[in-house]
Amino acid sequence: MTMAVATSIELVVNGVRRQLDVAPHHTLLDVLRDDLALTGTKECCLVGECGACTVLLDGRSVDSCLVLAVEADGASVLTVEGLASPDGRLSALQAAFLDQGGVQCGFCIPGQLMSAHALLADNPHPSRAEVEEGMAGNLCRCGCYLQIFAAIDQAVAGKAPEVRAAGPEIHAAGATAGARTTAEGLDQ
Amino acid sequence: MQPFAYMRPETLAEAVSLLAERGPDTRVLAGGTDLLIRLRDGSVRPTVVVDVKRVPELAPGIRVGDGTLVIGATTTMTDIAAHPLVRQHLTALAEAAAVVGSVQIRNRATMAGNLCNASPAADTAPPLLVHGAVVVVAGPAGERRIALDDFFVRSGVTTLAPGELVVAVEVPTPASRIASAHQRRTRRRGHDLASVTLACGVDASGVTRIAYGSVGPRPILFEDDSGVLADATTQAEARDAVLEVVFAGASPSVRSMRAGPEYRLAMLRVLGRRALAAAQARLAEGA
Repeated sequence: MTMAVATSIELVVNGVRRQLDVAPHHTLLDVLRDDLALTGTKECCLVGECGACTVLLDGRSVDSCLVLAVEADGASVLTVEGLASPDGRLSALQAAFLDQGGVQCGFCIPGQLMSAHALLADNPHPSRAEVEEGMAGNLCRCGCYLQIFAAIDQAVAGKAPEVRAAGPEIHAAGATAGARTTAEGLDQ
Repeated sequence: MQPFAYMRPETLAEAVSLLAERGPDTRVLAGGTDLLIRLRDGSVRPTVVVDVKRVPELAPGIRVGDGTLVIGATTTMTDIAAHPLVRQHLTALAEAAAVVGSVQIRNRATMAGNLCNASPAADTAPPLLVHGAVVVVAGPAGERRIALDDFFVRSGVTTLAPGELVVAVEVPTPASRIASAHQRRTRRRGHDLASVTLACGVDASGVTRIAYGSVGPRPILFEDDSGVLADATTQAEARDAVLEVVFAGASPSVRSMRAGPEYRLAMLRVLGRRALAAAQARLAEGA
């Protein structure tokens, strides 16, 4: 049997250039969570159905459980930890999720946010049907779909939500991601 | 996931020789939306995964060929669904590519991968059959072309020979255009495979093609050159009589968890009538 040898890859994660040795059978999800300690991206169904592991790969939303880390060599990855600004201010979309009560247990929210972020980046004024289609790859077992759609509507309408400081979890995740450089190579 | 070696050939020759030499030990990786699931559940256990996304001949993109559109093997569903020439000439294909899985899946999944997996429920298969697609294949003996109808054998099995891989899919765009439509039934949009997937194409000469999947071991193509289906003024009874012949090839499994055979057969007829009406209307609009 051919032994799998660790492969060196280089990628930009949330604006930070990273060089890593990864096993070929480890997914992008594995590497984000286990090697880079970016645990905002959630592991859930592992078959590309629930969307909890959604990240942006070169600007496009993907299920990171269905991408090998080696396939991301040379790519730019945006995770939920990269949505807030470096000083911890939440993005308009994140703030809208809080305002509208889109977050109940919270487990699916990183994935929901990444899908919503990708949707609005491609289509800043989606119709309700486009929102539903854009978010169809993300399940919420608390059933917060309507609140999540309302949050997206709020972000689209640009209703200035109250500016919030990010919670301590978000600061901690930012710290493990290391010092931020410029958003070089980041597709937004 | 079982460990495996990862190879990323940068030439077609390298990819072909890898597949030819390592044979059954290998699996081709394109979008990975099916392969990674199977690697994880252990239903495939290759020792080498061959990522073909950096082989230039398989590069993503859609170009105009000689009376054809040529779709590179690693072109994603998202790019197919959004492409203006696909939407114009191969409307049913654009519609089918737009409903496969979710946004996340469509951003990775490739059309060639959809064909090579040879799932009976592959949504891009019926539109491509209706439009007369040809699969361009490279292998140890060189390049060959396989009409898509001769490509599928049964679930998971194609007529690709060992060592061969799909380079591109060529789809004719004849002067007398085929107006087409895709219809699909699924339990939940965004995740599930089709319970029935169907495409219909009508051209000005009166030929109607209907292809359908998820109701038997492989997708089925039927061509009606009687003009009965193409004619929008045909009475419902005469039309339905022809559709009964069209759908005679359906043999849905009684064991499927997705839908019972009675439901599938009933929906096949509903979707067939809808797709036919949509294709007729598109032909009339475009004429």
